Amino acid sequence: MGAQLRVYKRRIRAVTATKKITKAMEMIAASRIVKAQRKVAASMPYATELTRAVTAVATGSNTKHALTTEAEAPTRAAILLITSDRGLAGGYSSNAIKQAERLTERLRGEGKEVDAYVVGRKGVAYYGFRERKIADSWTGFTDSPAYADAKRVAAPLIEAIQTETAEGGVDELHIVYTEFVSMMTQNAVDNRMLPLSLEAVEEESGTKGEILPLFDFEPSAEDVLDALLPRYVESRIYNALLQSAASEHAARRRAMKSATDNAGDLIKSLSRLANAARQAEITQEISEIVGGASAMADATAGSDK
Amino acid sequence: MAAELHVELVAADRSVWSGEATLVVARTTSGDIGVMPGHQPLLGVLESGPVTIRTSEGSTVVAAVHGGFISFADNKLSMLAEIAELADEIDVQRAERALESAKSAEDGAAERRAEVRLRTVSVR
Repeated sequence: MGAQLRVYKRRIRAVTATKKITKAMEMIAASRIVKAQRKVAASMPYATELTRAVTAVATGSNTKHALTTEAEAPTRAAILLITSDRGLAGGYSSNAIKQAERLTERLRGEGKEVDAYVVGRKGVAYYGFRERKIADSWTGFTDSPAYADAKRVAAPLIEAIQTETAEGGVDELHIVYTEFVSMMTQNAVDNRMLPLSLEAVEEESGTKGEILPLFDFEPSAEDVLDALLPRYVESRIYNALLQSAASEHAARRRAMKSATDNAGDLIKSLSRLANAARQAEITQEISEIVGGASAMADATAGSDK
Repeated sequence: MAAELHVELVAADRSVWSGEATLVVARTTSGDIGVMPGHQPLLGVLESGPVTIRTSEGSTVVAAVHGGFISFADNKLSMLAEIAELADEIDVQRAERALESAKSAEDGAAERRAEVRLRTVSVR
């Protein structure tokens, strides 16, 4: 076998092995999207009911609460950025990071300091490499987040927003995550979670314009709101984590699908080259034999004379 | 037939129970409260404890809820809890073991959770 043919064969073997791996990853991701979507759907009843309750208290009472009133001159904002723990998911993490960068720019432009809270190893690595300060970070659960994880993430954020700004607290809380629209479309989005804007809440729960009944609060509107708002933040973070997980799997599936397709194309063109090399080798051998034979024939013809 | 109210008991990650009921008894921070059809709109904070639902078929559903909210309007009652489980789903042995280990580890939250579970099972 010729040297060139051997090189082609070796490359085809290597690409075939890679293709098998990416194919497996694609199928694993595809099965996990379904699971993640089911989790998003399962968390919906709680989120909707909670949103309804928040709207009811906030509109049904004149209670002022730290989490619903806007500071007159906000000077510090917190950004919660949700990325993935693992790579090989195409532009998933970098899109979310880019969105967070844009938001940071905008907030800085408005004269606010920005504290970064990061979920996922990719985001932590990005900030770490650039030696940027991270207020807090969490890793290890982006594949399939549980409610307890959302609680863990929410706790320091709620604490920060309840602290006075002068003592290191924040006035605003933004969240950057990847919204799961469909199998093919996922968008990195940013949302202001706190202070709560009622219009946004109403739009989200589809209760806009609906007249809510006059509630009797037990024990009192303030206490209910006090208990309700942290749960609301947790539930929003939980929802964002779940959507991000579904998006991560969808992005990984797509990235792995194109990797598999590319490997297939590569194998095809490499086998064409290998075939051409083999054919060229055979042609050369034949012409060598023919050339050798005719030389022999010429030699014998010459000796006859 | 007696009037009915629609009940939704949801936990953070799933819907636990839903159906028609004639009476729901739950414990709020200011005391036990019973809700029957036609109750005035209500929004309250729940304590950890058992919730009793008398269904319209006459049977009783008992569930353990760990914190959360109760809201009632338009004859629809929803109970939201971070963790909620039906009495049938509770593993008594496991809860007892959890209670023991929580007591020795002096983990107040875990101890209370285990106690609520055991109390729920005994109500049933």
